[in-house]
Amino acid sequence: MRKLLRRPVFLIGLVITLALFAIALLSLVWTPFLPTKMNIVHKLKAPLDFGLLGTDQFGRDVASMLMVGAWNSLSTSILAVLLGASVGTAIGVVVAMRRGWLELVVMRGCDIVFAVPPILSAMMLGAFIGSGRFTAIIAIGVFMVPVFARLALGAALQIWTRDYVTAAVSMGRPKAKITLVHVLPNISNQIIVQVTIQLGLAILTEAGLSFLGLGMPPPTPTWGRMLADAQTFLGQAPWLALMPGLAIALAVLGLNMLGDGLRDLLDPRDNS
Amino acid sequence: MTFLGSATILKSAAFGLAMSAGLLLDQTGAEAAAKTAITVGMAIEPAGLDPTVAAPVAIGQVTWQNIFEGLTTIDKDGKIKPQLAESWQISPDGLTYTFKLRQGVKFHNGVAFDSSVAKFSIDRARGADSVNPQKRYFASIDTVETPDAATLVLKLKQPAGSLLYWLGWPSSTIVEPKSAADNKTTPIGTGPFKFVSWSKGSKVDLARNADYWNKAVSLKLDTAAFRFISDPQAQAAALKAGDVDAFPEFGAPELIKSFEGDKRLTTVIGNTELKVVAGMNNTRKPFSDKKVRQALMMAVDRATVVEGAWSGFGTPIGSHYTPNDRGYQDLTGVYPYDTAKAKALLAEAGFPNGFTFTIKAPQMAYAQRTSQVLQAMFAEIGVTMNIETTEFPAKWVADVLKAADYDMTIVAHAEPMDIDIYSRDPYYFNYKNPAFNEVLKKVEMTSDAAGQEKLYGEAQTILANDVPALFLFVMPKLGVWDGKVKGLWENEPIPSNVLTDVHWVE
Repeated sequence: MRKLLRRPVFLIGLVITLALFAIALLSLVWTPFLPTKMNIVHKLKAPLDFGLLGTDQFGRDVASMLMVGAWNSLSTSILAVLLGASVGTAIGVVVAMRRGWLELVVMRGCDIVFAVPPILSAMMLGAFIGSGRFTAIIAIGVFMVPVFARLALGAALQIWTRDYVTAAVSMGRPKAKITLVHVLPNISNQIIVQVTIQLGLAILTEAGLSFLGLGMPPPTPTWGRMLADAQTFLGQAPWLALMPGLAIALAVLGLNMLGDGLRDLLDPRDNS
Repeated sequence: MTFLGSATILKSAAFGLAMSAGLLLDQTGAEAAAKTAITVGMAIEPAGLDPTVAAPVAIGQVTWQNIFEGLTTIDKDGKIKPQLAESWQISPDGLTYTFKLRQGVKFHNGVAFDSSVAKFSIDRARGADSVNPQKRYFASIDTVETPDAATLVLKLKQPAGSLLYWLGWPSSTIVEPKSAADNKTTPIGTGPFKFVSWSKGSKVDLARNADYWNKAVSLKLDTAAFRFISDPQAQAAALKAGDVDAFPEFGAPELIKSFEGDKRLTTVIGNTELKVVAGMNNTRKPFSDKKVRQALMMAVDRATVVEGAWSGFGTPIGSHYTPNDRGYQDLTGVYPYDTAKAKALLAEAGFPNGFTFTIKAPQMAYAQRTSQVLQAMFAEIGVTMNIETTEFPAKWVADVLKAADYDMTIVAHAEPMDIDIYSRDPYYFNYKNPAFNEVLKKVEMTSDAAGQEKLYGEAQTILANDVPALFLFVMPKLGVWDGKVKGLWENEPIPSNVLTDVHWVE
């Protein structure tokens, strides 16, 4: 515990992230107002003038929209990162086990996926299956795969050179079993750290997709679309852009701090 | 040319005349002389510059009355005026139109205008392989005769009471045989301005036609440029910075307030013909049931739609007709906002628990916002509407306008007096009502204005009762321009940016 307290970055990150999850979960059962309820008489009201954070151009409660937006943003991002992490890690450890031409092919494949930004792949996907949550998850997830594949491969290759692994190999244990028993548990720390950091990136990407109209369709509130809708109202209702902007910034900051803190915490070389 | 001091002058100094004039002005500081160049902003860049081969109104907004002219024209009050035809006579049976053509008119390339050119233009527009966007307007013409160079005779198959009005449209402008094929990129007309250059993605430059035939008008502008800026924020910034002198159709009503403190700029709110209607697929269930359409109409509070979608700028309509069209009737009371009645009617139609459908909404702000307001209103009567953003124009034209593959859509119809679209077959509404078609046929058979207006009233009433589309509101023309610019049209009886009378005052 004392070790934890000496790491303010980790703690701040943890608090922000937990608060974010709490708000997202709360929105499933309670919001101050119905986030889709329009009340045009009360449009563009300033924060505290109507509701906690004011209203948008349709008179919808910004605070309620932000809460539901947190859930939409988080759930999409988590699913996308889980997809990317599981597929990517699986590819990484299998390649580390087999090496040879497979390594070459898979790594060049990763380069190709890296070259296509998630916004672009979401647009292509959207053209075929229509935009929405599913498209966003797939587009972001696919982009995450090479990140985890490379990380897992690098980490796994290190493990394969360890003495206990060499011992296991010389004892004739099958490679698949070694991967499951020795390699995966030993690289899991690095994967978890990466998941946290990628989550921040996924939230940012999801907001970008929604901003461009490639995310979930209205009336589902999303941070990205709130930001996009607020553009022309910047002069008369700056809070409309400020609130979702702050929410996105805080969420990404929190997750990055948590990721950084976790990395320090889980680093086996750090004995201080 | 960078030696020119002033940025505004630099921008307009694309041509010799303006440049030398501007240079003198700038150096001597002669403030008394008015400027002779203008930059007009537009939200949409046209894909071509020939209004006789493609429909987008942006084409006419650059070229009509500036580069191209017609036999007749439409003035700023929406009245028909003679132009390249000095006068005309209509036979008592309404089947023969004899035009006396203006003499001494020359195209920008030196070709003289006469009856053979007029015949060429009309035959090109009505010919078998014509792609004229309003080809049906020429359908009543049987033969085009040219007894002499100054006379054009149109013989009709059946009377066409609106023919003179249609001949004033951008799509009916007169083009010359040699240059017609290239008008898309280098338009050649008879108008007061010549085409100079088109920087794709940026602007179209025009310069004064020194040989303009109409000596009655005194052109004050030497040069004019149309600049294309699609983003409303950028439009506002360009206006405030003086990069654009006028934005006759400013894109964002919510930004209008931001000009209030600016003493240099004036805001002019005028009429347009832009009818925002949510069309329904009248042959697709459940919209094939009139009661369902009527129930949806009653679920809509038009005033709130205007407030939510367009910051309160706009006039509710009850039919496909605007208050500035002749014979207008206010029919917003036929199916007024009443959720209880709407629910009852929906139950009567067999949907007590509502239903679910999809609106294909273009990406434009007015369409997106109106869709969201409608979505919330329909939810009140238990109807779930999903919004599917459909890129305009390409995808929307393919899916909705051509294929009619949609439940509901929303778009602003820009053409004036286009109530006849509901009688077209095929047209994307799939609305088929012989009684309505009969009324519109009678309009063309009627030559006196009062009789036509009465018939237009009947047509409006039929639509208001049948609700083939949800009639929502007319968008206003939100004009923002430098207070010293005079002569721009305040209203828009037809989509246009007529520069003939535009001038600067000091």
